[in-house]
Amino acid sequence: MSYEDWYRQDRLPHIYCAGCGNGTIINCTLAAIEQMGWKKDDTVFVSGIGCSSRAPGYIVTDSLHTTHGRAIAFATGVKMANKDLNVVVFTGDGDLAAIGGNHFIHACRRNIDLTVVCMNNQIYGMTGGQGSPTTPLGCLSTTTPTGCVETPFDLCELAIAAGANYVSRWTSYHVKELEKAVKVGLETPGFSFIEALVQCPTAFGRRNKFRQVADHVEYLRSHSLLKVKRDRLIEAGEPVPDDMFVVGELARRKRPALGVKP
Amino acid sequence: MAAKIPKKGGVFIQMEDEIASMASIIGAAWTGARAMTATSGPGFSLMMENIGFAVMTETPCVVVNVQRGGPSTGQPTMGAQGDMMQVRFGSHGDIAIIALCPANVQEMYELTAKAFNLADQYRVPVFLMADEIVGHMREKIIIPDSMAKTPRKALTKGSLPFKPDADLIPGFPQFGKGYGVHVTGLTHDERGYPSATNPQLHEALVRRLVDKIESASHAIADFDIINPDAEQVFIAYGAPVRTVQQVMHDRSDKNIGFLRLRTVWPFPEYALAEFKNVKRFLMPELNLGQMAREVERHVRVPVVSIQKLGGDLHTPAELVAELEAH
Repeated sequence: MSYEDWYRQDRLPHIYCAGCGNGTIINCTLAAIEQMGWKKDDTVFVSGIGCSSRAPGYIVTDSLHTTHGRAIAFATGVKMANKDLNVVVFTGDGDLAAIGGNHFIHACRRNIDLTVVCMNNQIYGMTGGQGSPTTPLGCLSTTTPTGCVETPFDLCELAIAAGANYVSRWTSYHVKELEKAVKVGLETPGFSFIEALVQCPTAFGRRNKFRQVADHVEYLRSHSLLKVKRDRLIEAGEPVPDDMFVVGELARRKRPALGVKP
Repeated sequence: MAAKIPKKGGVFIQMEDEIASMASIIGAAWTGARAMTATSGPGFSLMMENIGFAVMTETPCVVVNVQRGGPSTGQPTMGAQGDMMQVRFGSHGDIAIIALCPANVQEMYELTAKAFNLADQYRVPVFLMADEIVGHMREKIIIPDSMAKTPRKALTKGSLPFKPDADLIPGFPQFGKGYGVHVTGLTHDERGYPSATNPQLHEALVRRLVDKIESASHAIADFDIINPDAEQVFIAYGAPVRTVQQVMHDRSDKNIGFLRLRTVWPFPEYALAEFKNVKRFLMPELNLGQMAREVERHVRVPVVSIQKLGGDLHTPAELVAELEAH
């Protein structure tokens, strides 16, 4: 069996734009789940609203496509009512960090046994390319036509500060690393958060000088700073470049968790 | 509930806000659990979006709203019935729900159980629309040895998850049982797949969601008719029932009738026709006549709306004055 068997063939073609990075993230997640040996009948995918949140609709398991920002709250109900179910949440930066920010930090605090995979395209891709809480300073969107002037959230730092047991960040370029990170997240009791930066050619790339999809992926690759390298820079007292984002495993700990299978 | 539910093998969780509470009971319901939450006033407003999600996805769940004086923060510990229209129409789009109104502590107990049965039978959120007066009341109650429990009709394996049976209600495909069901708040076909741009499919779905409740109005209805030959007839639900009962106790007059509602939505308009000689209906409510307007839609005789805000019940004297004024 391969991870492709987890897709609903009768739902294809999907709605994602040509060049979208979300499919890569869904593949990595399903590959990790396949490695875990999880059964389709015991696995539930939950999502909110946005491009990322359409993912569960393409997967053969039981799935709950909910309201904007509330996926984690719905998933909390599923998990608390039946701890035997493996519950995975697909979300995006707008869904998770704007309208759903409160549920995100409280799920981290509770350390409830969910794995949350965030496809961060740094923009509202589905609704017309508005700026999101992770749109980088200076970037163009329909609501930041002269460049974003608000400092973006660091979603991983937020998750760590709020108490999540496992936190990792990769990009759609780092497929092997991402797959491994999702697997560790699935294995870790408590709240696991995996952020995957993705290219969005339709809403983000075309407004921000990424003429080709590959240009945007190359940007994600070349601006990724491995956590070990970042730590070495800090140790040596050298400046950490502020136009790069840290990738790697950012937290793995064993805080008391809620909703863990007995 | 936090102390008692875990002892019965259940789960209690305190969510961060009412939006999350409503979301989590919907998630829990899909695992087959009977799930409920409770709130008052502003919290009920926060729940509205996810209530619509529960209607659209046909999720059985129970919400208790102990009504207080509004709008806004209003009167946090004073009685009111100001949410009777919000419960019916508060979520966006065309919906139908079931709302029950207890008038005493015994009914608070019995109607909670009934709410779960109705939710499971009709796959719809059911609301226990109490008020602060009943909510803070202490009374003797009789707890029966057992209560009837309506099972949730399971989906036949191999059937489409959102294809209704003759009663307009589809079988329930519980999570974790191998159905592989996709549940979405988007307009969906009988497979549960999003199909949001098909006008015929959307109209058929929304009409079915409303019809499955409205067409079962007789089965869902719960009311008492007292003195059906009377010319002056009170209609009440919730705490004002108690004042009407006092008036009827004090004046044993066969010419005073009473329609005492426990089911408020779907509104049992056919019960009004039972009062053949009625010259006027009198409706004491702790709001500005929300349900009186619903009654007016269905009758040709005057409906006297006896409105009261502020938190106190009508006194018997106030109702007697209305009786004698006409």
